[in-house]
Amino acid sequence: MTGAQAMVKCLERERVHTIFGYPGAAICPFYDALIGSKVHHVLVRTEQNAAHAASGYARITGKVGVCVATSGPGATNLLTGIASAYMDSIPLVIITGQVRSDLIGRDVFQEADITGAAEPFTKHSYLVTKASDLPRIFKEAFYIASAGRPGPVLIDIPMDIQQHQVSTFDYDTPPDIIGYKPSTTGHPLQIKKAVDALRSAKRPVLCAGGGLFSAKAGEELKLLVEKAQLPVVCTMMGVGALPTSHPLNLGMLGSHGCVPANKAIRDADLIVMAGARVGDRAVASPNQVANRAKIIHIDIDPAEIGKNMSAHIPIVGDLKLVLAALAEKVDSTAPYDWVQVVTDRKKRYAAKSIEPLDGYVEPKTFLRVFTRRLEEDAVVCADVGQNQIWCANNTEIRRGRLLTSGGMGTMGYSIPCALGAKCADPKRRVVAVCGDGSFQMSMMELATICQEQKGVKIIVMRNGRLGMVRELQKNLYDSAYSGVFLDGSPDFVKIAQAYGIRSRCVTTNEDAMAAVDEMLSDDLPYLLECVVPWDYPSL
Amino acid sequence: MKYTMSVLVENQPGVLSKVSGLFSRRGFNIDSLAVGTTEDPAVSRMTIVVDGDEYIVEQVEKQLNKLIPVIKVKTLEVGSHIPRMLSLIKVSVTAGQRADIMRVSELMGARIVDATRASLTIEFADTAERTETLETLLRPYGIREIVRTGTIAIEKGADPTRKKG
Repeated sequence: MTGAQAMVKCLERERVHTIFGYPGAAICPFYDALIGSKVHHVLVRTEQNAAHAASGYARITGKVGVCVATSGPGATNLLTGIASAYMDSIPLVIITGQVRSDLIGRDVFQEADITGAAEPFTKHSYLVTKASDLPRIFKEAFYIASAGRPGPVLIDIPMDIQQHQVSTFDYDTPPDIIGYKPSTTGHPLQIKKAVDALRSAKRPVLCAGGGLFSAKAGEELKLLVEKAQLPVVCTMMGVGALPTSHPLNLGMLGSHGCVPANKAIRDADLIVMAGARVGDRAVASPNQVANRAKIIHIDIDPAEIGKNMSAHIPIVGDLKLVLAALAEKVDSTAPYDWVQVVTDRKKRYAAKSIEPLDGYVEPKTFLRVFTRRLEEDAVVCADVGQNQIWCANNTEIRRGRLLTSGGMGTMGYSIPCALGAKCADPKRRVVAVCGDGSFQMSMMELATICQEQKGVKIIVMRNGRLGMVRELQKNLYDSAYSGVFLDGSPDFVKIAQAYGIRSRCVTTNEDAMAAVDEMLSDDLPYLLECVVPWDYPSL
Repeated sequence: MKYTMSVLVENQPGVLSKVSGLFSRRGFNIDSLAVGTTEDPAVSRMTIVVDGDEYIVEQVEKQLNKLIPVIKVKTLEVGSHIPRMLSLIKVSVTAGQRADIMRVSELMGARIVDATRASLTIEFADTAERTETLETLLRPYGIREIVRTGTIAIEKGADPTRKKG
């Protein structure tokens, strides 16, 4: 068996059905070994999108996503995708071809030090020096990517290693990494302290972060907050951890969050941070918050606790286990008056009517009505920009997901992510929502969607501007607009048609919903262009 | 304040760059870093002297622990360990000063390891503070060059700094 054949066999043993990649000379032995294997390869149109698609795939399957690229530019093109996955704790195994071992360091054609370049954005990386190490390294890589706090792991494999013989293929020995033993169960004493704190709290709130999805702890969260009558606010990565219409769900917090969530955090005397890393967009002045309220911080990564916000009761552990333990032991409910105040505020806020727009689609109302029309388990992939904020605050999530690049804020994420999500679960409805800026960063993937015959639905909010930056320039740069005009953009409907994708452009909410009927009538790709005003706010 | 951290790492390629990269990208200040193998050839020990406060040291510990090849991180308490750095100091010398310098070296417990008509090279293995003292004493004669290792340290008592736990 060659190294390349061993690599494919490792993927089969990990039950990886789909990988996303782009070939090149240094990874050709692996591509040769793929022929006839059980692993389906999706050819993206640029490597960055291979990482994003693998990320969407990982987030829907709950398993490790895999992407592949060749050495040099193939590998460096992956970097933004790797960094995005790292910031959002998405488990990926990234396979890159490398130039021959004896040529490393000589600056030969398509040579790049990718383990070095990706070092700040990977949980771990390997440069393989012996073909016989491949099974052990793959086993470790899949384990490290998914264990503890998930993240991307890079395996860089020189071409000669892919061609060498592997005499023994052992994939059964469990990985034994002396320096990596993440703890999963929360310390019982800390859990007791948390239960006591919940009992004496007058105004408790739970802040749900993306870690809830990594831990698959949605049920445990629901159990705990219902039993303890804990109001919940979400970070952007945590949107939908509790169904958005749940009475206790107050919505997203932070600089782009909603009033009921932010006021709840402002007034709280106890905050349970659950799988949230207290990013600056979620909590602008964490020390002020920690001075006002007692903080219980639950995270599987000990380094997150106390990094941005000091915690009074740190609990290191797997949220699924910690929340289950808390739900079992908690013996009090939040004071009725407090719950009334925050939930009433939410109702009043939600009931505020939004003015329709003349000759434009009003995006917030549209997204509310549209996402309510979707199947219960639908996946909405939001891009980055105003469209992301509109989605985060107005998408109805029941059993589905909102997938977005929360930490990095990587434009162009939604379409490849949606492709990956659809490959992960073809029966599920998957919609990408983007702006005309982010669409043009990833529109080459329309070809991949067609090639794979995946019914990804795309909504482009078109305002002819980089809307988020324009808004920033309006508010902080005295309306001096610079570099935000998207003049020269093509006719998106015609672009879609060129790929054989049905498409429509609408300028009112009624027309938009009529188009949605058409869009949702089948499982074929569709592009809906919604014209929105250029000066419409995110909030 | 300066903190001395003893870090056991798996002896694999790239581990030094992983550790030093972590310090630079998280904005931690390294005073010195010394690496060498241990009694187990598969394991190396890094002794890192960090300039910072308690928050920084806690962050450094936690972030180092996240690196997969890092086996154990221990911040050594002041007084609980023996710190040492090795210095080689080349001093200018005239015939009249030679005896003086040799006396200073003897007083401090340093060794003369090389001598020319115009210079003496002194080897000194001690704490950072005592090294500073020796330098101060030698400075009037004219120090031509100093080469130093970073500080290394071992805990007092019979027990080794354990690999696990």
